[in-house]
Amino acid sequence: MEQPIIEINGLTKYYGRLKAVDNLHLTINKGEIFGLLGPNGAGKSTTILMLLGLTEPSSGEAHICGFNASRHPIPVKRKVGYMPDSVGFYNELTALENLTYMGRLNGIPEATVKALARDMLAEVGLESAMNKKTGTFSRGMKQRLGLADVLIKQPEIIILDEPTLGIDPAGVRDFLELIRQLSQQQGLTILLSSHHLHQVQQVCNRVGIFVGGQLLAEGNMQTLAAGLFRSAPYMVQVTLKTIQDPAALERALLQLPAIEKVVITGVLAEIYGQEDITPDIVRFFAGNGFDVTGVQKKTYGLDEIYQQYFENNLKENAFNEKSSGLFQRSFFGRFKKH
Amino acid sequence: MKSQVAYFNDLFSAGSKSTRTGSLKPANPFWVMVRKEVADQVHSWRFIILAGLVLLTFVGSMYVSLSNISKAVADARDPDRLFLYLKLLTITDGTLPPFHVFIGFLGPLLGISMGFDAINSEQSNGTLIRLMAQPVYRDTVINAKFVASLIVISTLFLSLGLLMIGGGLIITGVKIEPSEFIRILCFVALSIIYVAFWLNLSILLSVKFRQTATSALTAIAIWLFFTVFYQILLNIIIKALLPDPGLLSQDQLQSYNGIILTFLRFVPSQLYTDATSTLLMPSVRSLGPLTMEQMAGAIPSPLSVRESLLVVWPQVSGLIAATVSCFALSYYWFMRREIRT
Repeated sequence: MEQPIIEINGLTKYYGRLKAVDNLHLTINKGEIFGLLGPNGAGKSTTILMLLGLTEPSSGEAHICGFNASRHPIPVKRKVGYMPDSVGFYNELTALENLTYMGRLNGIPEATVKALARDMLAEVGLESAMNKKTGTFSRGMKQRLGLADVLIKQPEIIILDEPTLGIDPAGVRDFLELIRQLSQQQGLTILLSSHHLHQVQQVCNRVGIFVGGQLLAEGNMQTLAAGLFRSAPYMVQVTLKTIQDPAALERALLQLPAIEKVVITGVLAEIYGQEDITPDIVRFFAGNGFDVTGVQKKTYGLDEIYQQYFENNLKENAFNEKSSGLFQRSFFGRFKKH
Repeated sequence: MKSQVAYFNDLFSAGSKSTRTGSLKPANPFWVMVRKEVADQVHSWRFIILAGLVLLTFVGSMYVSLSNISKAVADARDPDRLFLYLKLLTITDGTLPPFHVFIGFLGPLLGISMGFDAINSEQSNGTLIRLMAQPVYRDTVINAKFVASLIVISTLFLSLGLLMIGGGLIITGVKIEPSEFIRILCFVALSIIYVAFWLNLSILLSVKFRQTATSALTAIAIWLFFTVFYQILLNIIIKALLPDPGLLSQDQLQSYNGIILTFLRFVPSQLYTDATSTLLMPSVRSLGPLTMEQMAGAIPSPLSVRESLLVVWPQVSGLIAATVSCFALSYYWFMRREIRT
């Protein structure tokens, strides 16, 4: 189970002066659902394209199922099903024709390709629209057809780039459920990129946070939270009516077991600790005659993790680099056109 | 429309059946792609319209030449009068230009219409990246597009040529000479090369420009430049730079004429016209000016096929070279380009 199926070693990609992907190291095991999480333009798509050998890395290499992606792209592409973020089909062909074309390109014999395409369309719930032209499809239907398109080659790895983009919430739920089922039933490895943390949280075993071309952290939700808030993973906010002597209160609170830090601003006391000791804290305040107006316990989900990373990093390097790159590009583009 | 699909499906699956050894051997991705591209071309409205236009001019010019054929064949001063089928392709009473002139004009449009959105429409539709994620080499895409369009063009011109021969046989009852047949086949091949040049030029532009409208308009602009403005521009430059012909000796005039002809031959349609008129009129012995010494003693008789081919060979190789260099450049650009949208 624990054999790495995707191995990325020091992958780097420059677009001119812009560093799109910066020295990326990542290992994904067989059967995992890995979520690549990051804001727009973080280098997620570029990384995926390099995994498929569609873009040449500036340095470093990616191995998929033991094949070097940039040197032997054909065996890699045979094993990997890829759905791009803006999935497009031949509008003048029907769903079935689109799918059989891809099946034929993957070397599925002529005798079986039609039946297989029908099965795949049934699997993603598009049987009724099989003979409709894809030009009339809605975004959600195209996404489903995209998944059928990925599945028809019977891949070992599925890479989905922003698979939930532009689908309504019900559609997203169905889609993610479909992905999870596939992973469980067929033991597929799935790599999906997204900037929607809640969706990623729903299906992924492991998450990598990707900002400004760098993988800032990877792991499951617990390890990520622990890594980020190592000093004090639990925090309780207590709002009081008045605080007469903040210094004395802080000293008193620090006497309690497992409390690491206390920050008092106005009538709000933020108490950080190694363990969840909310009952002790409430008892302490009540016993000492404070007028407590509110107690709030904070738990760290992906939201906070995401926030924390972006706050630290977006401002410093990624934002500056990106925006200057963007301006340069648009000016350059303008000159080129005239 | 449906029957056409069935026809092509049968055509191609029949071909693959005969080549495949086991019944479960998968098809080569290149031929899968060619098959799909041919189907796309044949179903597209722009091809249907242009093929209809070509067919219409074919019928029109055949009608005109058939109604004048008896006069032309009876003309004793014409050394080509006995080549009935070549006459069918070339004579006219002035109401309509002959068929090869029409092709010189419509061929570029046909080529441009088939290639101008070859790559960039796939890219803007988001199908290119999906195609590239399949286990196919990148050059398969551009090769398949070129080969598919070439197959369609060849089928069109070959069937027109054979239609003309068959029609001529039925209407006149005169049997066709082998040399005539070879000349007509060479004319068909030449037309295919000529359209292939414009096809490659438009594929090149479709690789270069991301918008289909830009590539289409650029291709049409190039075509217009060569058909209309190049000659005007050349005339102006000749008038400005070359001395007054009245003051020149015979030799000087000849050398200046040679220079002007060389410049005129940068135009692909000029190459095509030169080559077709030599092929279809066996008495044409040179495409440049001939001196009196060269003409002296020459009997006004038709050339053999081989000699005509030798006369047009520079033109043909020029067209092939232009086609190949366009394809090579688009291949190079396509292989190096970022395919993400």
